[in-house]
Amino acid sequence: MHDEAVAHEFQYASASHQADTAVAGMWLFLATEVVFFGALFLSWIFARHFNQAGFDAGAERSELEIGTINTVILITGSLVYSLGVVLIEKGKTRAFIMCAAAAWLLGLAFMILKFAIEWRHDLDRHMFPGADFGITGDLAGGAKLFWSFYFFGTFVHGVHLAVGLGLVAWVILRVWQGAFSAAYLAPVLVVGLYWTFVDIVWLILYPLIYLIGRAT
Amino acid sequence: MSVAEIEAPATAESYLEDGYTLRSWLLTTDHKRIAILYMLTITIFFFIGGIAISFVRYNLLEPQGMIRSAETYNRLFSMHGVVMVWFFLVPAVPVTLGNFLLPLMIGARDLAFPRINLLSWYLFVIAGCVLLVALYAGGVDTGWTFYTPLSSLYSKGHVALAAVAVIITGFSSIATGLNFIVSIHRLRAPGMTWYKMPVFLWSLYSTSVIMVLATPVLAMTLLLLTFERIFHVGMFDPTIGGDPLLFQHLFWFYSHPAVYIMILPGMGVVSEIIPAFSSKQLFGYKFVAWCSVAIAVISFLVWGHHMFVTGQSVYSALVFSILSFAVAVPSAIKIFNWLGTMHKGYIRFDSPMLYALGFIGLFTMGGLTGLYVATLAADVHLHDTYFVVAHFHYVMVGGMVSAYFAGLHFWWPKITGRMYPEMWGRAAALIIFVGFNLTFFPQYIVGYLGMPRRYHTYPPEFQVWNVLSSAGAAVLAVGYLLPLLYLTWSLLKGKQASTNPWHATGLEWQTPSPPPTENFETTPTVTEPPYNYLPAEALDRHA
Amino acid sequence: MKFWLAQASTSAPESDYLMLALVLASIAILILVFGLMLIYAFKYRATNRMDRGQIMKKTWRLEIAWTIATMAVFFGLFVWGADLYVRLFRPPAGALQIYVVGKQWMWKIQHEGGQREINSLHVPVGRKIQLLLTSEDVIHDFAVPAFRIKHDVLPGRYESLWFEATMPGTYHLFCNQLCGTGHSRMVGEVVVMSGADYENWLAANGAAGTLAEQGKILFMRNGCSGCHGSNGAGGNQSNSTVPAPPLAGLYGSPVTLVDGQVVIADDGYIHDCILTPEKRRVASYPPIMPSFSGILSEDDVLKLVAYIKSLAPEKQL
Ligand code: HEA
Ligand code: HEA
Ligand code: HEC
Ligand code: CUA
Ligand SMILES: [Cu+2]
Repeated sequence: MHDEAVAHEFQYASASHQADTAVAGMWLFLATEVVFFGALFLSWIFARHFNQAGFDAGAERSELEIGTINTVILITGSLVYSLGVVLIEKGKTRAFIMCAAAAWLLGLAFMILKFAIEWRHDLDRHMFPGADFGITGDLAGGAKLFWSFYFFGTFVHGVHLAVGLGLVAWVILRVWQGAFSAAYLAPVLVVGLYWTFVDIVWLILYPLIYLIGRAT
Repeated sequence: MSVAEIEAPATAESYLEDGYTLRSWLLTTDHKRIAILYMLTITIFFFIGGIAISFVRYNLLEPQGMIRSAETYNRLFSMHGVVMVWFFLVPAVPVTLGNFLLPLMIGARDLAFPRINLLSWYLFVIAGCVLLVALYAGGVDTGWTFYTPLSSLYSKGHVALAAVAVIITGFSSIATGLNFIVSIHRLRAPGMTWYKMPVFLWSLYSTSVIMVLATPVLAMTLLLLTFERIFHVGMFDPTIGGDPLLFQHLFWFYSHPAVYIMILPGMGVVSEIIPAFSSKQLFGYKFVAWCSVAIAVISFLVWGHHMFVTGQSVYSALVFSILSFAVAVPSAIKIFNWLGTMHKGYIRFDSPMLYALGFIGLFTMGGLTGLYVATLAADVHLHDTYFVVAHFHYVMVGGMVSAYFAGLHFWWPKITGRMYPEMWGRAAALIIFVGFNLTFFPQYIVGYLGMPRRYHTYPPEFQVWNVLSSAGAAVLAVGYLLPLLYLTWSLLKGKQASTNPWHATGLEWQTPSPPPTENFETTPTVTEPPYNYLPAEALDRHA
Repeated sequence: MKFWLAQASTSAPESDYLMLALVLASIAILILVFGLMLIYAFKYRATNRMDRGQIMKKTWRLEIAWTIATMAVFFGLFVWGADLYVRLFRPPAGALQIYVVGKQWMWKIQHEGGQREINSLHVPVGRKIQLLLTSEDVIHDFAVPAFRIKHDVLPGRYESLWFEATMPGTYHLFCNQLCGTGHSRMVGEVVVMSGADYENWLAANGAAGTLAEQGKILFMRNGCSGCHGSNGAGGNQSNSTVPAPPLAGLYGSPVTLVDGQVVIADDGYIHDCILTPEKRRVASYPPIMPSFSGILSEDDVLKLVAYIKSLAPEKQL
């Protein structure tokens, strides 16, 4: 994909053949991601099933407000990016760049809220399941399990989001340079798919962390 | 189309001549060159794994152990298992022969994502380096299975490093599988319908499905383990309510399908070689093709057969047992179809065929003993004894390694443009067959007699069997050294290979040996069914 | 050289018949596979120019024939193996109970009479023995090849395994699950004795009271009696300030938990009540029982379990 935007690699019959294949590849990749996170969510639910009381005692200490704000932020980010894709398909490149940049900033806001603020709070309150864990008593075990899953899950999600930030930045740059446009959109679509997927993962993490424990 | 006779004009430069610098290799996106890079890397790992286990066999010569330290012993077989499974056998056929042949066989110029292909090799090398660091730092002592809580809370080895290495190689495997699936779907040459594809591709496709859908679970499992290992608290810790068996369920959810990652490509190779050297169509093509898919699908549902004595519920044990028998049915069908292929053929006994016949015999023996351990009550006695060790070496070494060698010899002329010395090839195949049986057959017996696996010392009554086994391992080592030597020799001195030295069908045999960078002068159009061997031609050749 | 393994339990011959069936079936199949391979290899070698005749074209009849044949054999083996397995893991009634704790790297065994041994297990011939297995650290595996039995030994959990020895003698006891450096040294012996010898052995190794008696001491010392009353009669206003369920007669009876689930109070249940009470709160009692994990070792818990089991309901009258 060098500067000759509409050209294609020699194993493909045409540029659209190549573009469709790239999108197909991304879908398959997302299937692997589903299995990847699926293993985590299943383990999480399984562990909670056998340690309900402890899990819920741990979940009560999670920061519902920040979590909710972050959920809104991410959904907005995805919507904005998708809007941008619609626009660039109509040839409105500038508008796409604005949208993608907004999505990027929202992603960054999520990261800051999540790791610089929420994690700090959590650590200050001794929620890291280490030696000086803040919850003691009978339910400490289950609560430790919950917080192990919490830190682990948000970390893995965060890594994915960081990769997403890098990809969106790259797309913005290439669109800016004119490498991608309505004529050649595959990378823009592929990155969009990934970005949305990272949101969907969060939409499962959000209830697991903040809601189920409070419901009971 | 009488494919075999067309000698493509040797005008185009071969892929080997397309640049001689190190850079032209390390930055290549040519699937054929990446296959060569992979081939070198996994050969190194095969020998590392082999040397580790040579010490194990040496140790077991005496009941009280020839190596002083039990810790060292544990680290040796653990490293052997980790290296052989993830750094040799899982990648073996797909990343070398598969990488080289898949585009050729579907009539494409490259894989769908050549740079991801190169990336997968780099991930593999990085993973290998991490593993070597772990090895250098002292290794792991948990076995290749990393059972918790031993691995997470008690082990003194470098579990986290080894786990990270396996995670990275997992991503390399995912990249390969993804590339293969997309390529087969999207890049087939005109006329190359699914039922015109060689069975090798069907089996690579099935393998890739497993790689793509099972490996992420392993990655997640080992990440959870690494978390627990580093922070000493986590999801599998029984003292805080975690379940150590959860780890085993997740691990085997990957690792059982993974054993079919380690056999399906081998079955594919054999399905190419038997028809070629019998000069006869593959018997029951559609059955063989769909059996690969069936194995891939059912393989996801049998993981619990590794846990029959862990205390899982009797009902789930029953289900896992019967499904394990179900997954064996397609393997049986394949065996019978290969035999059917030989029926009334014109059979030649070049090295690839010898290895392929070895595969059929040894895989049958390994597969049958797989049924012993799938039978619930028998597994209660046999679980975690040397019987299981013998079972999986029969399928993995007797089966898959033989198939890898079969394929390597079969496509060597295509890959390198040189013929290997046939007499040496046959001699090595025989030595390996004899050495293999001497090494692993005694293990069935000593396993039935009760000798547990992963034992640094053992009761003296088992000694005879262990000495036999160690003697066999020495023969086997010689057998594996031979191909290394004569294949290397053939690169320099071997006879020039023609386009189609075996008179085989398949698109890869239509393009020159070695193929040009772009694989084909013009994109081929496929009209014939696969394995269109004409007995009359075979008769002529031997007239 | 040793070819045969002693059949020293009631299930050993059954297991061996199954093995024999598997071996015979394998031999038949190997003769078929190797036989066809060798015959074809010889008969249809390329240099043999004999006329091959008509080559088989229609294949599906054959395919279906061998698929069904294979499935039939497989199903037979499955049923056979499953039947034996189910009986092997269903605990028998009226068995002699022996407690086994695995730890890196030894087997600690306690008899009901309070006798303790390490890396050896003495049992009488001709009696059903039920082992209750648990681990203090990693996963181990209790295996006696001569009995054809084995079972994993898990931390934080009771697993049960039974056998009936049929032949006096000394047999290997192995740990079959990799458990760290000393794995291959975590071995011992099972000594099968005649009933009389076994009684003598028990008497000669008599300990400070039976397991239940030792448990009673722990019951007092760890404050259990403070809530559950001495003799486990149950706590109520008269003998204690807190309401706690009576433990006499608990063993083997159904218990309703707060979430409405009804469970049978077996060894594992009582074990969990003591170590992780927060997971299994009994209905209509306040959730005040503290966890004793980290305070009581698995050995001690075993004694408490034995004590609670010994509390028959009549005694509280
Ligand atoms: C290439 C790898 C490979 C393959 C292909 C297989 C194939 C099979 N395996 Fe194996 N297995 C392993 C690798 C493999 N295995 C490994 C590595 C372990 C141990 C892991 C560890 O603990 O470290 C293991 C362990 C293992 C266990 C657990 C044992 C234990 O720990 O106690 C079980 C139990 O069911 C099992 C079963 C089977 C079965 C039923 C098959 C079947 O797919 C076999 C099918 C083939 C045939 C059956 C032969 C051909 C059939 C005929 C010729 C037909 C005629 C037959 C009849 C009519 C009966 N395997
Ligand atoms: C996947 C592939 C694979 C392959 C190819 C092999 C190959 C071999 N394996 Fe391996 N093995 C496993 C997978 C594999 N193994 C696994 C997964 C385990 C379980 C680990 C665990 O318990 O966690 C295991 C365990 C295992 C054990 C059990 C250890 C124990 O439980 O204590 C033994 C014992 O004999 C053994 C033997 C061998 C031998 C002799 C070979 C031979 O085929 C190797 C031959 C190769 C060479 C010998 C190297 C080449 C030759 C030279 C470098 C020449 C110089 C050497 C000499 C002169 C000796 N293996
Ligand atoms: C602070 C009071 C208290 C102490 C001390 C205490 N228990 Fe309990 N125990 C309870 C209460 C209250 C319950 C019922 C609620 C529950 O399940 O937690 C209970 C339940 C049990 C049960 C389950 C009973 C049933 O009906 O199912 C067992 C068994 C048990 N305790 C054993 C012990 C043993 C053994 C000890 C000492 C090592 C002990 N308890 C110490 C208060 C106590
Ligand atoms: Cu305990 Cu191995
Ligand atoms: Cu398996």
